[in-house]
Amino acid sequence: MNKTLKATPPVQLWEVFIRSRSGLAHKHVGSLHAEDAELALQAARNLFTRRGEGLSIWVVPSHLIIASDPSEKGMLFEPALSKAYRHPTFYNVPEEVGHM
Amino acid sequence: MVTNTISVSETPQVLYALRRADDALILGHRLSECCGHAPTLEEDMALANIGLDLIGQARALYALAALREPSLEGGRANTEDTYAYLRDVGQYRNLLLCELPNGDFGRIIMRQFLYSAFIDPYWRAMMKSSDAQLAAIAEKAEKETAYHLRYTSEWVIRLGDGTPKSHDRMQAALEFLWSYTGEMFDTDEAEAMLQAEGMIIDASVIHDGWRTTVQTILDRATLTLPQSAWMQKGGRSGRHSEHLGFLLAEMQQLPRSEPGAVW
Repeated sequence: MNKTLKATPPVQLWEVFIRSRSGLAHKHVGSLHAEDAELALQAARNLFTRRGEGLSIWVVPSHLIIASDPSEKGMLFEPALSKAYRHPTFYNVPEEVGHM
Repeated sequence: MVTNTISVSETPQVLYALRRADDALILGHRLSECCGHAPTLEEDMALANIGLDLIGQARALYALAALREPSLEGGRANTEDTYAYLRDVGQYRNLLLCELPNGDFGRIIMRQFLYSAFIDPYWRAMMKSSDAQLAAIAEKAEKETAYHLRYTSEWVIRLGDGTPKSHDRMQAALEFLWSYTGEMFDTDEAEAMLQAEGMIIDASVIHDGWRTTVQTILDRATLTLPQSAWMQKGGRSGRHSEHLGFLLAEMQQLPRSEPGAVW
């Protein structure tokens, strides 16, 4: 054959986010292997929405996710632990408001 | 104890429902054979999902056949299970395409693509059936088959326009399956009666659209449509390949040797 065939791109890892109901945020549900974006979306549908879990799917190449460094968790997160006043628990919510 | 084969009173309506149900059941069973054997976990689930969609469609159509079949001697009636488990090869009415052995992943995908490109527009057209139950079955099935077509199209493109090896395998699968596609568009006197009543559509009207869909995807996949116009037939009237008997033997062994067995 004379023509050049495009080789299928190598398999990569994708993270899957599903929005289960209108008004909710997309939630991370797992990861999968796929060759490209379209196949990743299909695989996400096939793997993670079999029991009616989803209204919307996001897939993101895992390598594009920028993660915090676990060794920096002291610097990043511990300062917040001593600041209980940031939780809005000191306000009285009028009963008419109901569940916020 | 071994359970005997049933007899079926094949009125045009029953025959029609059995033909469509048998297509779905036999192809669904073929896909179930891939469970645990697909190239990756992702594709394993995808093929199993499609198989389950098809078996669900078969159930609805068998239930319809049971409803429409005149009751047998002694008031006995056939059921979804007796149609599936207690008919022999010669009583099955499915397309030969659906019973062909799986072969490699490429052939599984190509078989599913050629069938889905037909059955999706077929069910879409059947949503206008004058028979409310058939129209409802068509509406549910079409959502499923639309996805089957999309899923298989994407794989046909990627495997056809992939490596030289995957390209050759897809072309070989296409050549192997091609002569089994003509049967999808056949019609006969029994179906012509139902067409006249507006219950069903003439499958041959789907052909040109099917051909366009197939050509479009094959072009993108750099695959070549076979030129041969000679087509196999026989499945619709119970003349099957040697493969169906082995499939039924596996599928029917348990209910035939343990009648009434339940989970």
